[in-house]
Parts: sequence; C-alpha cells; structure tokens
Amino acid sequence: MASLKDLRARISSVKSTQKITKAMQMVAAAKLKRAQEAAEASRPYAQRLAAVIGNLADSVGVGEGGPALLSGTGRDDVHLLVVLTAERGLCGGFNTNIVKIARLRIAELEAAGKTVKIITVGKKGNDSLKRDQGSKIIEHIDLRSVKNLSGKESAEIGTKITDLYEDGAFDIASLVYAEFKNVLVQKPMVQQLIPAIAPEDAPKVDLQGASYIYEPNEAEILEALLPRYLNTQILSALLEGAAGEQGARMTAMDNATRNAGDMIKSLNLTYNRARQAQITKELIEIISGAEAL
Amino acid sequence: MADKLQFSLVSPERELFSGEVDQVDAPGTEGMFGVLPDHAPFMTTLKSGPVTIFNSGETTRLFVRGGFADVTPQGLTILAEEALDLAKIDASAIGVDLKNAREDLADAKTEHEIEHLQEKVRYLEALETAVAA
Repeated sequence: MASLKDLRARISSVKSTQKITKAMQMVAAAKLKRAQEAAEASRPYAQRLAAVIGNLADSVGVGEGGPALLSGTGRDDVHLLVVLTAERGLCGGFNTNIVKIARLRIAELEAAGKTVKIITVGKKGNDSLKRDQGSKIIEHIDLRSVKNLSGKESAEIGTKITDLYEDGAFDIASLVYAEFKNVLVQKPMVQQLIPAIAPEDAPKVDLQGASYIYEPNEAEILEALLPRYLNTQILSALLEGAAGEQGARMTAMDNATRNAGDMIKSLNLTYNRARQAQITKELIEIISGAEAL
Repeated sequence: MADKLQFSLVSPERELFSGEVDQVDAPGTEGMFGVLPDHAPFMTTLKSGPVTIFNSGETTRLFVRGGFADVTPQGLTILAEEALDLAKIDASAIGVDLKNAREDLADAKTEHEIEHLQEKVRYLEALETAVAA
C-alpha cells in the first residue's frame, strides 16, 4: 500500500500531465483549423488544373508517343514509393498507420518481383522505415523547419521525382499518405502519381460554338502542365496529411486528457480511503490506549 | 454582352485575385498578349513576366513565375506557380539573388541542376526588368 505522501505526489504529477495534454489538444485544434483552411484554399487551383489536363489528355491521347508522364515507361519493374508522414509524434496511430500501409505495399511489390525505392517525407516515417527498409530509402525530405506548407515544398518534392523519372530511376511512382476524411478518421492510402492518371470526369467548358486557339500547341501545353499537376497532387497530399496529423493529435490528446481525469479520480478515491483508514487507526489506538489506563 | 472581363489569378496555395476588369496583359510563351472581354477561347503556357490588370483607368502590375492561361467565354483564368505584387518588391534583393543564381549556374554539374538554375536565372532576369520598368 502506497503511503499518503506517495499518493499525493502521484496525483499532482498526473494533474500536470493532464494540463499538458489539454494544452496540446487546444493547440492541435487551432492548427487543425488553419490546416483545413489551407487545404480548402488550394482547391480552386487543383480543380482548374485537373479539368484542363483531363480535357487536353482526351484530345491529345495518352498512348505511345504521348507525354512520358502520362504514358509511362512501358515497364513496371521499379516502383518508387513516396511516404508522407508527420514530422512529430504524439498523434495516436497516425504515423504508424501510414507506415503500415507502406510496408504492406512494399511486401506486395517485392512478392511480385519488383524493385522498390522509397522517398520519405517527414521524420517519423523515415525513422521507422529506416530500421527494416533502410537500404531502399533513396532520399529523405525534411520539412521540420517549414511552418506553412506552400507550393514551394511540393514543387521541390515534385521536381525531385520528375528528375528521377527522367533519369529512368523508376517506372511507377505512388504516394503513400493519409487522406483526411474528418477530424476522427484519417485513411492511409496509396495513390499512383506517375504515370499520371488524367481525371476522367473533367467538366467540359462551354465554348459557345467557338474552338480553342492553342499556343504553342495542345501537346506542348499538356507537357508543360503535367509536372504542375504532379506538384498539386503532392501539395494536396501534404496539406491533407498536415490536417490529418492535427486531427489525429487532437483526438489522441483528448483521450489522454480524459484518461488522466479518470486516473486522478481513482487516485483521489484511494487517497481518501487511505486517509480515513489512517484516522480510524489512530482513533482506535487512542481509545484503546485510554481504556487500558 | 458583358463589357467587363471576369479574371481570376490562382496560385497553388490560394486564389490571389478574382473579379471583373477591363483588360489583362499577360506574358505568353510565344509573346505578350492582351485579353479584352469577349476574347476567343484561347489556351497558352506563360513564361515568367509581368501581368498587368487594367480596371477603370487604374493599372495593377503583378509578376508571375511561369504558369498557364485559359480564356473561355466565362473569362480569363491564370494559374501561376508564384505571383508577386510588383509594387512591393525590393529591387536590390533581386540583384543579389540573380548574382547568386548565376554563380550557382556556373558551378552546376548535373543536367537537372543546370536546367533548374537556368529557369531561375531567367525568372530573376525577367523580374529585374519588370521592376525597373
């Protein structure tokens, strides 16, 4: 049985932990709101670009001789996985789930006899993949110093990927990231990046009988736009990931705060019981002492 | 018929400008072009250069770093990688950046590095000219 002093120390330590988790939850909630707004704000660009690419790909055609980013290399021997995780922990199973999906995908590809290369974005994913898949990681991109994700970061990642592709370092690239469903649910998923999948249901523009003038021409515009399309996909994955991270952290910290509350309650009960037992014991001692006289 | 042009300038992060204007001049890869209301459908890639917006006698000058323009009967949309307000740019900082980029380019080894730095130098040169103008 712990002494009263021990119990007191325990209660105050759990109380301060609760204060910290509560504060972290509130910070995550504020950051989540900002991350959601950023994801929202990036949508018009992505939608416009997707619509244009969809329409252009329709008219140019994606078969042989089309832009390499759309038609692929014609092989699927070397796969590149770009794993997007958070830079920080304490966000429940967020990072673990993404890494789990990445590992599954790696095992699947290797079982099929493919070569796998990995680019990690985010410290947590890198740390845990390094242990068993270290030899496959060809690059790690650190975003720790980045406060507000912008097109610059995604362009950096995108350029790296297209450069590697042009060098023939891989045939197929996929993104592994957590899709932001809502605050409680982030669904880790694998999305193919290269060869790019042109959006199918692109809204057609009503030209009111006129036809487009293209400068320089359709094929070249498509070629120039595809790397940007890639970048926007990466950006939206980054932004969704950031929102998901905060959502996951908020939920995890909310749980932690509640658990700490439960613990304080039960500790208080034990403490009060022990205190009463001690008082009773002392009374008995005094009374039996008085009776003996 | 509308006598104003619906114009929106969008960057990957957010919508920078959206509204009705009289005219927009933009730097197409094959030369500068101006868009007035009721322009024919037109699609072009952009190079780095100034975008000028004319509205009720006022002109606003912005700078885009590459991108894409799409004119439809509904209006003009420019998707730009990066867009800056020319009135707020410090000309001396560009000179320094340009000098650094040129030095980097001289040291660059791989094909990709050279390609990216050439783009950067072109961008900074265009920006310098636009600020001076």
